Amino acid sequence: MKLINLSPWMIATFNILKKDMKTYYLKPPNISWGLIFPFAWTLMFFLRSQTPMQIQDVLPGVIAMSVLFGTTSMLAVTITFERRQRSFERLLLAPISLNALMLAKTSGAILFGVFNAFIPVIFASFLVDLSGVGWLSLSAGIVLIAITSTFLGLLIAVSVKEVFEAQTFSNFFRFPMIFLCGLFIPLAELPLALRPISYILPLTYGADILKWSINDGGYLPVSLSFALLAAFSVALFVLSTYNIKTKWIH
Amino acid sequence: MVHLFIIEAEGLTKNFNGFTAVDGISFRVAQGEIFAFLGPNGAGKTTTINMLTGLARISAGTIRLGGWDYALKGSLKKAQQRMGIVPDESNLYEELDGFNNLCFCASLYGMGKPEREKRAQELLKQFNLEAAGKRPFRAYSKGMKRKLTLAAGIIHQPEVLFLDEPTTGIDVESARQIRSLIQQLNKAGTTIFLTTHYIEEAERLCRRLAFIVEGRIVRQGGLAELMEEGQGDYIVQFILDDGGAKHAVEQELPAALAARFPHTEINIHGDREVRVTSSVPLELAPLIEIFSNYHLPVFEAKIMRPTLEDVFVRITGIEAARLKKEKEGKKG
Repeated sequence: MKLINLSPWMIATFNILKKDMKTYYLKPPNISWGLIFPFAWTLMFFLRSQTPMQIQDVLPGVIAMSVLFGTTSMLAVTITFERRQRSFERLLLAPISLNALMLAKTSGAILFGVFNAFIPVIFASFLVDLSGVGWLSLSAGIVLIAITSTFLGLLIAVSVKEVFEAQTFSNFFRFPMIFLCGLFIPLAELPLALRPISYILPLTYGADILKWSINDGGYLPVSLSFALLAAFSVALFVLSTYNIKTKWIH
Repeated sequence: MVHLFIIEAEGLTKNFNGFTAVDGISFRVAQGEIFAFLGPNGAGKTTTINMLTGLARISAGTIRLGGWDYALKGSLKKAQQRMGIVPDESNLYEELDGFNNLCFCASLYGMGKPEREKRAQELLKQFNLEAAGKRPFRAYSKGMKRKLTLAAGIIHQPEVLFLDEPTTGIDVESARQIRSLIQQLNKAGTTIFLTTHYIEEAERLCRRLAFIVEGRIVRQGGLAELMEEGQGDYIVQFILDDGGAKHAVEQELPAALAARFPHTEINIHGDREVRVTSSVPLELAPLIEIFSNYHLPVFEAKIMRPTLEDVFVRITGIEAARLKKEKEGKKG
């Protein structure tokens, strides 16, 4: 018996997501990468932490890095790869809207990012008491960071032609973002000249939500961070789809 | 509402950074026919298909497919539901097997699971790919890849099928099978728009065609209508020894023939063939004598009816040898 009657565009988008999960994200090398990468970050930072309090201090940073690196790499590479093979053309020619298509293509990376984010959380739960964590805001923050990072990866994918360019270009964005978003150097302690850069980085607001949820230590009002992170998501998606329309549909 | 013409293009133009790839072409394709664009590489065939399928924006002009005017918002997506596309290179997913590639393509057109699985099985059987259904696409031969790409193009039973160079770069047997499948699809009612630079393919498959050169349609019409343009010609075909055609050129035989028979045109076809075309009847004996004078033994000489190739050469001024060279280049 058929339980749900899906509309044609829903069937298409669900199957795009399913195919991407099967062919890219659930491949053993990517699963192990998804586990090993956050695990290595976690181990590295937690070993340096002398007290449980310090573990809680570095946890937002480790979560943010795990999401950022997982999402941007995977999406930029998979889309550039499909473009090279011309299989992406098949999707552009399908009778579904570009917005639905790109949401389907990015959903896999978003889920992968969320999965990566919870690896350090699981490790930390064995070492420190996380009962004070605001789980709802933490989860919402992680999802929003995964969304913005994925859309950033999408923006990168639209701007490059080769897989290696996607990787190089991703690093060009990721590393400055890690150091300027207030995760390791608090925003208040950043040199004044660098602070405006921090405020145009979506991760700054994501990191602040994570700090607020884990340590009650945010620098900005949490509602403002949520609103700005959501705005970044929408802006990056609109910009990426506009670029696809102008660059890929010549 | 029934539309007699399923594709209507008017003044279609495509500019790329100041270069005009397609220059104001107009054509109509009737429901149920096979229509071909015949022309050399860079003539604008793929660009036209890209505009018709929505992969390229139109710089000027209009397209209507099945009554949907692309200028109207949402029309292209409605039209895409009714079309199938087989690009010039197989672009399925290398890591998926044949069956799953077909099922995935069907899902893009909103087909439910039982329906797409049934259709995928049917197509694998129809295309003689049943045994390869569970093999990854990357393990397929070029001919098999082409067949599966064609199957993916018709998985949702489109009314119009766009085929861009369907048999380029594949072996003779696979090309023959694909041509037969195209004919079967057409018999079942699918309208087919194909581009090719294989003159014999266009002649074998199409009822109507257009010659396209440098972005412009230089002639279009029914096959019989186009062939009539060559009816005033008298063509004599000479088959020489291996490499004879090359020797004939080296020894300037064409110039000697042209001097003796001023109303003739001499064309070299391949390694052994020389064709003499004239608007007046020709006598064979003096022609053979010229070949003998140049120590070029003639193995066969026959008067031919003009072919589509002769008509194409006459209208476009493009030597058939150039098309052949291009197709060989593409194979490599």
